[in-house]
Amino acid sequence: MSKALIQYICTVADNNLILGQRLGELCGHGPNIETDIALTNIGLDLFGQVRSYFQYAAKLEGGNSSEDTFAFLRKENEYKNVLLVEQPNTDFAYTILRQFLYDVYHIRFMEHLQQSNDETLAAIAAKGVKEVAYHARFSADWVRRLGDGTKESHRRAQQALDDLYTYTDELFHHNESELNLVNEGIAVNTAQFKSDYYQTIHAVFSEATLQVPDQKYFLKGGKKGIHSEHMGYILTEMQYMQRTYPNMQW
Amino acid sequence: MKDWPLWEVFIRSKNGLEHRHCGSLHAADAQMALENARDVYTRRSEGVSIWVVPSAMITASQPEESAELFDPAADKAYRHPTFYVLPDELKHM
Amino acid sequence: MSEMEIKSLEERFNQRIANDEKIEAKDWMPEKYRKTHIRQISQHAHSEIVGMLPEGNWITRCPTLRRKVALLAKVQDEGGHGLYLYSAAETLGISREELIEQLLSGEAKYSSIFNYPALTWADMGAIGWLVDGAAIMNQVALINTSYGPYSRAMIRICKEESFHQRQGYEIMMALMNGTQDQRDMAQDALNRWWWPSLMMFGPRDAESPNTEQSMRWKLKRKTNDELRQAFVDQTVPQAELIGLRIPDDKLKWNEDRKHYDFGDIDWEEFWQVVNGHGPCNKQRLEARRKAHEEGAWVRDAAMAYAEKQSNKPLRVAV
Repeated sequence: MSKALIQYICTVADNNLILGQRLGELCGHGPNIETDIALTNIGLDLFGQVRSYFQYAAKLEGGNSSEDTFAFLRKENEYKNVLLVEQPNTDFAYTILRQFLYDVYHIRFMEHLQQSNDETLAAIAAKGVKEVAYHARFSADWVRRLGDGTKESHRRAQQALDDLYTYTDELFHHNESELNLVNEGIAVNTAQFKSDYYQTIHAVFSEATLQVPDQKYFLKGGKKGIHSEHMGYILTEMQYMQRTYPNMQW
Repeated sequence: MKDWPLWEVFIRSKNGLEHRHCGSLHAADAQMALENARDVYTRRSEGVSIWVVPSAMITASQPEESAELFDPAADKAYRHPTFYVLPDELKHM
Repeated sequence: MSEMEIKSLEERFNQRIANDEKIEAKDWMPEKYRKTHIRQISQHAHSEIVGMLPEGNWITRCPTLRRKVALLAKVQDEGGHGLYLYSAAETLGISREELIEQLLSGEAKYSSIFNYPALTWADMGAIGWLVDGAAIMNQVALINTSYGPYSRAMIRICKEESFHQRQGYEIMMALMNGTQDQRDMAQDALNRWWWPSLMMFGPRDAESPNTEQSMRWKLKRKTNDELRQAFVDQTVPQAELIGLRIPDDKLKWNEDRKHYDFGDIDWEEFWQVVNGHGPCNKQRLEARRKAHEEGAWVRDAAMAYAEKQSNKPLRVAV
């Protein structure tokens, strides 16, 4: 039970960890200062949630584990984040579309996680849901601005949407840890808000004058630990200190 | 193309207090100005309410007018309680 | 206005500053006051923004989550401080766009310290401890500067920066409490950042022509050499407390002066970096230019959208 729960916590937290890592790359490089600061705030919220999740996982695991052994010392296939969040910051449109496609999922996920039979997870969600509501508002506003802005921004936003849409379906797949815990009322059954998710993002795309891609095939794998080629580079950077200087206090 | 316009930001630090001017920032529209103000000026829980106003919409008095605008108030001592002489025995008035 | 009138205005202006009155944006001010302030405030703003880069490089590589959120928040604060300062400069009648153009064209300067590379994790400690420590000495003095918007920005900045130096020192402390590898890393960072930090206070007083005027306008409250001395006096015991050695053989407490004597700064290196030939001058400006150019279409999109939207505020809730 505890093992499945730890697996589940990783499944949930890794999305935030990897997306936060992507946002961290941008700090100091935003289109202007205001936007730079705003994106960093989102990154900070995500890392804050990650710490709560991993501190809980470390408590369950016991021994020498800590939030940092979870964040930095797993092998690539032990990370269970969806492929969506590891996609690169190709340009600001990718950053915003990736954020939006995740935020609309994330807010619904957190609303449901608040009802979890696991009190710690429910408490983390109750705190995080307000943060995520703001993320969704921020990214939706920017999707509208880019989609219905200039010709160039429209083209870039459409390109980002076309490239990223294929990763949305995986948000609603259940890996083993989720299947184990949904029936116990601990894990969120994400399938229940799948149609609401698509309705919402499509409505925003329509306002943003963006075309929903005619997608027949969707990509998946991250939730089972099979990642894109980007993931190795993300981890190389993220784990650099812990791997080069093992077992030290920082 | 031109830069985003400048907005002035006013923050109420807690209910019961007035909004106070705390700085300015750039934003393309009002919604964004509000969000940017939240992200820039309330990172340390400085506020419970925000006003944003396009800087160009503010009408300000000019320093050259300050003599005629503000000096006349200086000799209206009768607006202040100390102008009125009352016996010492009278407390709390 | 006749020369006589300007002269009398200037006399009154100087008198106001001498009386500790603040100058506000719309007040009359000598053209030189305006220009000097635009230059100094924007230089300060550019330093904050360029200063995000060396530490920004390490956000993705922080050794722990606790360090990661602290560093991310710190670098973000620097962006915020740049924003406050650009806003203060804008009250003097210059736009942010123009100020950024001046930075990117190389016309405006920023603090040379950020043209040094951040090579190891310990550099995050050294930068927070030394570079922020040096910056704070300057900034605290500026809280009482004569120009109101600049002074208010400094108040806000000093309040927020109080965690920055502690963050850096704590990193150094953790390293000095760690393994030999970690202690070496900390000492190496101090060796590389010590002298550039002393250079942050600028040329010796004898070679700093603006000092007198800046003192009168309270753009400077202490001279470069006074601040540098105060920084050395403050920092040496902090280094000793955690077992770090200041890389200066001439460093010695002078009982008569009640100050530390210290060795000679390599002024040739100082001018080399100031004049654009430091280890990272090119890449720092290049990074700023890239962000600005790649952001152009984003800024344009937001303006275009705002203009289209002015009549139709309906939106879908998400």
